[in-house]
Amino acid sequence: MKPAPFDYVRPGSLAEACALLAGDEDARVIAGGQTLVPMLAMRLARPARLVDILRLPELAGISERPGAIVVGATTRQAQAERDPLIAAAVPMLARVLPWVGHPPTRNRGTIGGSIANADPSAEIPLVAVTLGAEIMLASSGGTKSVPADDFLIGPMLTTIGEGDCVSAIRFPVWPQRRIGVGFFEISARRSDFAFAAAAAQVALDDRDLCSDIALGVDGVGDRPLRLDVSSLIGTELDAASVQEAVHAASAELDAMSDLHASAAYRRRVAIALCVRALQQARADAAAKSTAGAS
Amino acid sequence: MKVDLCINGATCSADIEPRKTLLDALRENFLLNGTHAGCEHGVCGACTVLVDGEPVRSCLMFAVQADGYEITTIEGLAPAPGELSVLQDAFCETHGLQCGYCTPGMILAAHALLQHTVTPTRDDIVEAISGNICRCTGYGQIIEAVEFAAARLRIANTPRPHHGAHHPVDAGHDAPAEGVLEAAEADEPVVEAK
Repeated sequence: MKPAPFDYVRPGSLAEACALLAGDEDARVIAGGQTLVPMLAMRLARPARLVDILRLPELAGISERPGAIVVGATTRQAQAERDPLIAAAVPMLARVLPWVGHPPTRNRGTIGGSIANADPSAEIPLVAVTLGAEIMLASSGGTKSVPADDFLIGPMLTTIGEGDCVSAIRFPVWPQRRIGVGFFEISARRSDFAFAAAAAQVALDDRDLCSDIALGVDGVGDRPLRLDVSSLIGTELDAASVQEAVHAASAELDAMSDLHASAAYRRRVAIALCVRALQQARADAAAKSTAGAS
Repeated sequence: MKVDLCINGATCSADIEPRKTLLDALRENFLLNGTHAGCEHGVCGACTVLVDGEPVRSCLMFAVQADGYEITTIEGLAPAPGELSVLQDAFCETHGLQCGYCTPGMILAAHALLQHTVTPTRDDIVEAISGNICRCTGYGQIIEAVEFAAARLRIANTPRPHHGAHHPVDAGHDAPAEGVLEAAEADEPVVEAK
């Protein structure tokens, strides 16, 4: 349980970090290290050099942009969990963060690290895919952004290129006033890897009809998936319509089997959690006042 | 690699290999053996220390990453040599430990909770120690110990940090803990946190 030797560098700027990464295929980025350090300890990863980006000022902080909240890659999960801006504008992220690991790992673990790690049962990638977030990447050649759904391609697998570094996540903010979120997950113990998880966000108009909807599942397949339940827009999100839409949307859902849960179980649980998450999101939105400013 | 760490208020320097975890550096370089090595891959919580007042796993952090933070180990909690903190004493009174292997981590995790929550609910306590595994007590007496310490601290005539005062939103994630009064400040009037 001791890592193999490596060089440790802590660059002073993002440009310097990108230059270090571009010239060295055996270099790995370390930020919070809550997944990487166990991999190093078990020698499942043996990078020759670790480039520590945790204290780079360019990657820290949470900022408001038109129609979006941009969360710097090295923002600690615990910091995002307590952030009033995220609670107000990206309530789904605020809702799932208490389920990410335990308090001590959230104090070190970062938002960008969870995205780059691409665990198929992780909650932060689920939110990114469900809401259609953009993953912002920096490299010595400049910056680019990739939709979360195109970035996360498999278990612990992303489309990140050599020399790229996740710099921020851009979460879209819905313009509607009455927004509600729902989230459920099933695992052996709280904060263990989820067998299945579902996250939902709905917007209701003043007549309690659904005006926008997003639903995603996690832990079921090899990456988080957004399910198309757009047929529910314009409905009251009544139980029968929700059931029908979730069943239709999950018809093609591929579930995986492993030691912990069978594919059939995962599918069944995922569908039940989707229905519950939508109902919870609807109730959450309906509780918000229809009158002008609250 | 030369590393300067601030541990329990003292500056400690050593030449440490990058691959050495903060846990191993605390135990081997600085002889602070109260921090226990359990699983060494971030599962058991025995190695929990406070970094800027918040619990983290010292086996998931390299010593070379730890400069510039205020690190608190179990050795840093007692108010004076031979004494126990209120929380440590509560663990003794309620039989919150048996073999004691998990205890330093449990106490530091619970200490951080009590620093920012004056009246924790049972759920708050369970969540705070959820990352720490105990194989003796069944957790019941540990939760009791934290509840007991919280009650004692509430009735004690000592200034308590304001709720959430050490979580300044704008100060960035590397800001030092705020709102925690030193013993010497206890006689001063309590100043509202910003």
